[in-house]
Amino acid sequence: MKFGVVVFPGSNCDHDTFFALKGVLHQETVYLWHKNHDLQGVDCVVLPGGFSYGDYLRSGAIARFSPLMQEVREFAERGGLVLGICNGFQVLLELGLLPGAMLRNKNLKFLCQFVHLRVENPETPFTRRSRRGQVLQIPIAHFDGQYFAPAETLSDLEAHGQVVFRYVDETGETTEKANVNGSAASIAGLINRHGNVLGMMPHPERASEALLGSEDGRLIFESLIQS
Amino acid sequence: MRARILVSFKESVLDPQGQTVKNALLTLGYGFIADVRQGKVFEISMDGLTEEQARRAIPEIAHKVLANPVIEKFTWEILEEEKKA
Repeated sequence: MKFGVVVFPGSNCDHDTFFALKGVLHQETVYLWHKNHDLQGVDCVVLPGGFSYGDYLRSGAIARFSPLMQEVREFAERGGLVLGICNGFQVLLELGLLPGAMLRNKNLKFLCQFVHLRVENPETPFTRRSRRGQVLQIPIAHFDGQYFAPAETLSDLEAHGQVVFRYVDETGETTEKANVNGSAASIAGLINRHGNVLGMMPHPERASEALLGSEDGRLIFESLIQS
Repeated sequence: MRARILVSFKESVLDPQGQTVKNALLTLGYGFIADVRQGKVFEISMDGLTEEQARRAIPEIAHKVLANPVIEKFTWEILEEEKKA
C-alpha cells in the first residue's frame, strides 16, 4: 500500500508518521508537498499533526487553501482513503470533509499525555483490525481539541456510526475526567458518512513501537494496510 | 477604503477564554460584570473597489475565511472616516 504524508509549513509530525509507515510497517511512503498538485498515485493520504501555518487565524484554517488540498478533496470525494491526525483532523474540519469544529481545550491548557480510547466502530478501513469496545492507549498533544458540533449534527453522527473513537478511562467508561479536552460526546475520532475519511486527535504514529510506550496506534495503520 | 470585521463565538458555544477573563474581573472586585465574550478583530484595507463592491466582498470573505460558521459569528462595517478621505 502506498501512503502519502502531506507536508505543510509548520507540520511537525510528518517525519514521525513517515517513519511509522515506512520504518516500522515497511510500506511505500512518500511526502506530498502542499504546494504541488500531485498525489503521486498514493492509496492513502495522511494529513499529519503539527501547527500548519502556525495555527494562525484558526487551527487548520489556512492549510485548507493549500494547492494540494484541492486534489485531496477530489481524492476523498472519489472514495480515496484520507487519515487526518490532530492538526490533520482540524484541517479536515475546516475543509468541510468532516462536520463540526475544534474549540480550545476546556481547561485552556495544551495537553500532551497518554489517553484511553474506546473503539466505537470497528467496521471502517481504519479500525477493522480492532474490536468494538477495545480500549487503546494513544497519546494526544493539542491545544484545540475540544470537538464541537450542533446537537443535530451530533445525533446524526451517532445514528450513522460515525463516531469511531471516544475518550474513556482505563476501564473503558466515558467519564468527565477522562474526556480531557471537553469534547462533545467525548468524541476523539470520527469518520465521514461514506466511510473513507477519518479524523482523530490522538497520534497513532506516536504509539507504533513498544519503545514509545504503546503499540496500539499500529492497529489503525495495519487496518489500512489490510484494506 | 477600510473595513473592520468582528468575529466572536456564537451564543451557543462556550467561550472558556471569555469566562476566564470574566472570573478575573469578578475577582478584582468588578462585581457588575455579567458576561465576557472574547473575539477577534480584522481591519482590512482595500484598493480599487467601490463601496458597493466592498460591501459585497467583506461578508463573503468573513464567511469563507475569517470566521468558521460552525462556531463563530461576525459583524462588519466600512470605516466611515476612511470613506471621506
